[in-house]
Formats: sequence, structure tokens, C-alpha cells
Amino acid sequence: MKSICFYFQVHQPFRLRNYRFFDIGRNHSYFDDMQNAWICRRVADKCYLPTNKLMLELIRQHRGAFKISYSISGVALDQFEQFTPEVIDSFKELAKTGYVEFLAETYTHSLSALKSKQEFTSQVNIHSRKIEQLFGQKPKVFRNTELIYSDTIGEMVAEMGFKAQLSEGAKHILGWRSPNYAYQHPSNNGLKLLLKNFQLSDDIAFRFSQHTWDGYPLTTEKYVDWLNQVDNPECINLFMDYETFGEHQWKETGIFEFLKHLPSRVLSHSDYSFNTPSELADNLKPVDKIYVPYPMSWADEERDLTAWLGNDLQDDAFDQIYELEEKVRKIDDLNFWVDWRYLQTSDHFYYMCTKWFSDGDVHKYFNHYDTPYEAYMNYANVLSDFRIRLDDALDISLLPKMEHMLFEREEEKTSETKKPKKTTVKKTAAKTTAKKTATATKTTAKKTSTKEKTDSKTPKTTKTKTTKSDK
Amino acid sequence: MRVLMFGWEYPPHITGGLGTACFGLTKAMVNQGDEVIFIVPKAYGDESTEAARIVNASDVVIDLSSDYYKEYWSNLSYIEVNSKLIPYVGMDDYYNVINRRVKDREETAHLNSKRKYEFTGKYTSSLMDEVEKYAMVAASMARDYDYDIIHAHDWLTYKAGIVAKNISGKKLVIHVHATEFDRSGENINQAVFDIEKYGMDNADHIVCVSDLTKNIVITRYGQNPDKVSTIYNGANSLIYKDIQVEKAVKEKVVTFLGRITFQKGPDYFIEAAAKVLKYDKNIRFVMAGSGDMLNRMVALVAKKRISKHFHFTGFLKGDDVTKMFALSDVYVMPSVSEPFGISPLEAMNANVPVVISKQSGVSEVLKYAIKVDFWDIDAMANAIYCLVHYPALSKMFIKKGKKEVEEIRWEDSAKKLRNLYYKLLS
Repeated sequence: MKSICFYFQVHQPFRLRNYRFFDIGRNHSYFDDMQNAWICRRVADKCYLPTNKLMLELIRQHRGAFKISYSISGVALDQFEQFTPEVIDSFKELAKTGYVEFLAETYTHSLSALKSKQEFTSQVNIHSRKIEQLFGQKPKVFRNTELIYSDTIGEMVAEMGFKAQLSEGAKHILGWRSPNYAYQHPSNNGLKLLLKNFQLSDDIAFRFSQHTWDGYPLTTEKYVDWLNQVDNPECINLFMDYETFGEHQWKETGIFEFLKHLPSRVLSHSDYSFNTPSELADNLKPVDKIYVPYPMSWADEERDLTAWLGNDLQDDAFDQIYELEEKVRKIDDLNFWVDWRYLQTSDHFYYMCTKWFSDGDVHKYFNHYDTPYEAYMNYANVLSDFRIRLDDALDISLLPKMEHMLFEREEEKTSETKKPKKTTVKKTAAKTTAKKTATATKTTAKKTSTKEKTDSKTPKTTKTKTTKSDK
Repeated sequence: MRVLMFGWEYPPHITGGLGTACFGLTKAMVNQGDEVIFIVPKAYGDESTEAARIVNASDVVIDLSSDYYKEYWSNLSYIEVNSKLIPYVGMDDYYNVINRRVKDREETAHLNSKRKYEFTGKYTSSLMDEVEKYAMVAASMARDYDYDIIHAHDWLTYKAGIVAKNISGKKLVIHVHATEFDRSGENINQAVFDIEKYGMDNADHIVCVSDLTKNIVITRYGQNPDKVSTIYNGANSLIYKDIQVEKAVKEKVVTFLGRITFQKGPDYFIEAAAKVLKYDKNIRFVMAGSGDMLNRMVALVAKKRISKHFHFTGFLKGDDVTKMFALSDVYVMPSVSEPFGISPLEAMNANVPVVISKQSGVSEVLKYAIKVDFWDIDAMANAIYCLVHYPALSKMFIKKGKKEVEEIRWEDSAKKLRNLYYKLLS
């Protein structure tokens, strides 16, 4: 068996708006709807819609011989639903063909795997549910944010029941070994590893339009020749950002023409077949165990985490957001869950990276901040507000326990007849929270796993809001 | 390479960076093997004592008789011309500075029982006279020397450079540390502008201290871009005393330090301070320095009702400058137009994070600084607030800033300048 496995990453973060310190405690909307909508629209028109259309044509044309897979982050799906619903529809069309596999990932494209097992698992679970709900298939193969993988992460992923995980064919891990085979997790937990062939992937994703590159211009003939020259492969894993088509490589570079003719060229001039990650996981026998004590990723030359973590700003922001986990869980209010999770998206930390001060051009493209400091300041301000909101909500949620004390104080105060306004506010706050906790206990009693689900337009959220505005 | 340079002395107690720049540049040039004939105007009575002392922008006294500087002096001919010229000033400042210096001088004169400095009443015309006089005297002195190229620093010496060029037939490089637009905004002094343009028109090449200045030279003075290069100042000539100062206030201190003039944007600092104080009263703002806008700034602080948290120190000199940095938690340079700007480097060197305006040349070379538009007081206020409130941010600046300053080296500037000379002469 000689397979080509295409996996495309689809992701758009909820970018933060310009959030100054004057906004702390006053403005609780953190995300730049205008910019996010605009970028979504632009990328949909340049990439998602035309590429999906082309993929659909190719799948139909080759009647099952051409297969692909996607991982679409939950935050991207949320934005498509809000701003460009036709993108969702076009992915649904693709799903219906039966030749497209959808992979699991963390809902908000987060780095939670490195910090909180509980948060990681629940993000993966809600993402899987979302995929199933939209595309009618339950993901069986996992890919982590930025292909980040380590032995520990593989352990968690296997525990959740995934049969394979995608990662990078990093040289420092593989050594002399080739990425063109299936590998497995060291602990015999059955998790197979499919590793990216970064040479052949990046020929398309990064070098396609590079005039200085030896391979330029890249034709399907040339590319299939290269595929044929690979020594005895079982699978060539071509993993790349979906935005490669039309956004990173513009239409004018001929990327769509390349894509259009690649499947037929492969099928007619080589003995490769196209397979999905699940098929590879089912059919390939792992050739070796792979030990990855420290996390690796698909980013930069280093293939490590330094694009997201490592400098003081990133580490501080990262620690701070996860410090809040306990409080968010305690309050268990949809508004807080959504904000907290959107703030976990890895891009926020990527913007704070200082390592490409000198060679910033590639990264600048993905970054709407002028400097990493602006990114950090913005994020830190947002977190300050979020923390205040959390603490306020926690104060209120603690009130029921002290309710009897409050009533006593109320009596005292009414006898004083000073500041009667404040007491009434506190009273209502206490009452509503009492109701709120009642409903909350009901829901948690039902099922703990449903609590993250985005369907709860329950009165409890609106109530906490009104108590706040009263204040 | 032998260079005839019309530069500036390094008098004590100055706030400008021009003397420092000349010192750093010539030192690096001499170190790389160039010979420099350095001609400077000398205005005051006690030259003999000062001749052995050079002082940098932060006003630390350097003992030139030490071994460290001996090598420097061996390849440098230091020639003083009697002149009342002082660097970095326009017409108005000239009056103020001279006046202040006269006062200083009176004191020292009294102490040293030397003659009192005599000063003419007509400042403006006297400045222009001095420029002419300096040109003639300096040029005639220059006749006695042998050199390959001429290099003149800032407008007051351009005429001297041109005269020397005409006499010797050697090529002339002029070095623009500031333009009249930086000093005066749009209300330029035509006479100064004319001299600047005259200097640029007659120069064989123009060196600017930043791309910002280069753009002004090209657009405002109509110079051919091929004739203009940017050579950034260095920073490693700055020598600091480590002064340990115990902070007397528990609040964080945010500092503005510089001449309180239009160019430095003190009003934007106050506007930003008012914004921050509206949300956080646990910060003190300090405006150190003096200048023609000082009174208006005091009034503005009163009008904003922030005087409880806002302090003026007046003109600082010597150790007080270093102490001020040591007391500060954030340094702000909101300059409206700053050709280079050496003070943020001093702050960074003293472990103080800096907020600088994008309209400064130094922002082109610094990475570990928060850069804002001078008019964007919201962004400025936000940067101040964040540096005060988020330790991860300030710690990073403190950790990386000092190292970054050390890496902005005069040696690199001197090397670039030398390459430029060779290109001009070939």
C-alpha cells in the first residue's frame, strides 16, 4: 500500500479588539467583531469557498479515488456560523460525499494539552460533538493545535479513545527514520502516529510561489516525479494550512490549477492512492515506537513551542489564563466559559512572540499587532477585566451561604435608615443567586458533560447580568 | 583616513546629546585607526580647567587624563576656537541657554574670581555673527592641517565646513543631528533654514542620525536621496555611575526628563498622565527639566486638577539626573519630533522601561521599547498603565533593555562612516 494522505487545517481565531485599560471594569466585549467578520469574509472568498468547490469537483470526478481530511477549529466554525454560513454549507456538501474525514481537535485551538487535562478533554469533547452535529461523523483521529505532541499528550488522546494522532515528522525526533510510515505511542495504548512529510508538504504550502527556489515553478509533473522518487514509502502525509490555497498562495500563483490537476496526475502516473487518516490508522502496521518526552510542533525551524510559549510575556499570559480555570468552573456560567475559552486560542500567545524580531516578515503576515508588547498589553487588560468579572460573580455566588447574615444586617441598616439603596441591591442579588444556584445544581445533576454545551440560553445567565447592571 | 571635523565641545551640565554624539563618534573613529582633527567652539572663560574634562549627556564627569582616554587623545588633535556658539539650539534657545550659562558663569566667576563674562544685548544677530566669525576663524585654522575629508556637525558649523571645502578642495560631509523643523515645528526661523539648506546644497554627502531626519532632509530641503544616508548614533559611550537611591514614595513613578519645549511634547505627557490618574491614583508623575513651555505646563497640570500626583523638579543636572532615573519606574519620551533621542537609552541603561514616540529616530533602532504616536495619548496612557501594572512586561524590558543599549555601538557607526568616506573619495 502506498498512500497519500491530505489533511488541511482550517482555523481563524477570535481576534481581540483594541482593549485599553480605560475599558477595564467597563467594557466586557473583548473581540473585534468587525475585523473578525472582515477577515472571515475575505478568506472565505479567497480560499474556503473556491477551494471547497474545487475539492467537491475533484471528489466527484474521481469517484472515490480522491479523499481528503480536514481539521476545523471550533472557533473557526463559530465564526463561519456568524459571518459566513455558506462556508459551513460547503463543508457539509463535502462531508456528504463520504470521502472527506473530519478530525478532532481542541475547540478553541488552544494549548490546553500543556496545562490542564480536564480542560483539554472537555474541549476535545465539545469539538467532537460539534463536528458530529454539523457533519454527521464522529471524529476518530485527533490532531492537536499546531500538531503539538508529546508522550503525555498521546497518553491523554489514547485514553479518550482516538486510534491515531497526527503530528510533525520532526527530524530531532525521527533521526534517521522516515516520516513515511506509521508509528506508535511507546506505551502500547494502541495510539498510532501519522507524521507530516514536511519536505513535500512545504513544497506546496510555503515554496510553491517562491521564485528563488530550485523547484520553481512547481508543476504536477514535477511533483509526482518527486513522489515517485521517495524510497519505499507506505504513506506520504501532506499536512498543511487550508489557507495555502488562495490566501497564502494567491490565486495568481497558479495554486488552484496545481491542485486541480494533481489528483489525476497522481492516479495516472504513480501507484499511490489517496487515503484518509482513519484508513491509514486501520491499515498500516506501525514500524516503531516513538518517544517524545518534550512537546514538538510543526512550527518554524525548531519544531518546538517557542512560537507560543517561552518568553516572559507569553508564559505570564499563559499562566494567568489557566489560573482562572478554577473560578470559571465554580461559577459555571456560559458567558464566562465562552470568553475564557476564546481567550485560550493559541494565536493570542503567538502574537506575543519576540523571537522573530529580526526576520519578522513571515510571521507579520498573521499578526495584526505592531509589536508583541501591544499584543500582551491588550491581552493583559482583557484578562484584568475578566478577572474582575469573575471575582464579582464569585462574591455574588458566595452570598447564599451568608444569606442569614445579610438579613440581619438589613434589619440593622433599615433601623439606621442610611444607604437604603445599597441594601436592596444586595438583597436582590442574594435572591437571584439563590435561584441561580438552584437551577445550576439541577443542571449539573443532570449531566456534568453538558455544561459546556453552547445551547444553554437558560435564565441563569441573564440573571447574573441583571444583578450586575443593578450594581 | 584623516578627517577635519567641525564638532562640539563637551561642556559640563548640558542636556543635549550633540556633545555626547561627537564624543562617541570621534572616539570610535580614532579607535578604528582614523585621525581626527577636531575643531570646537569655546565660549567661556574657564576653558583651561574644562579642557581636561568631558561630560556626557547624563552629566557624568570623565577624567580625560586617565589611561583609558590617552590612546584616544593620541590620534586626536583637539583645537578650540573662541566662539559663543553652543550646540543644539535655535534662536530662542540661544537666548535662554546663554542667559543660563551666564548665570552659571557668574557664580563660578565669582568663586574663581575670574573676569565676568560680557554679553551683547542683541542675541539674534549676534548668533548669526558668531556663525560667520566661527567659519572664518575655524577655516583659517584648518588651512594649517592636512586631511582627506571634511565633516561638519549641525548647522552652526556648516559654513565653517563650506569655507574649508573651498579653501582645500576636499569633499565635505555634513552631519544632521537635528533640523530647524525638529526644533521649531512649522514656525521655522528662515535664517536658520537658509544656512541648513546652504550647507546641504554644498555638501558632497549628508549623514542623518535617523531615517526620520533623512526624510525631512529629502522632502523639506529638497535634497537628492542618493546624497543622503542614515548612520544611527551609538549608545555605548555613555558612562554611568551606579547610584543607589532609596525610593521615598511607595507609588510608582513615571518620568519625563528633558527640555520642556514644543519639540519634546511635554503637553502630551500631561494629557496621558491625567488619563491614567483618572483610573489609578497610586502613580506619581514627574516632569524634570526646564524650558519655554514650563509655565504653561504647570498651568495645564493645575487645570487638569492632578497636581497632587504631578511634580516638577526644574532643571536637573549631574547626579540628580541619574538619581531621577533610579527613582523612576517608567520613562516617557513623547517627542513630537526627535531626530535621534539619547535619553531613552540612558533610562534603559538605568533599568527603566521606556515609552517613546514613533516620531523619534531612536525608535528606529530600539526593539525593547513601547512605541506610540506622540499624539496618541490613549495609547501612551495605556502603555504607562500596563508597565506599572503588569510585572511580566516591565521585567522583560528591564532584563533585555540594558543589553540592547550596549549593543547599539558607536563602533558600527564609525565603520559605516568610514565606508562612506571611502565611497566618496573613490
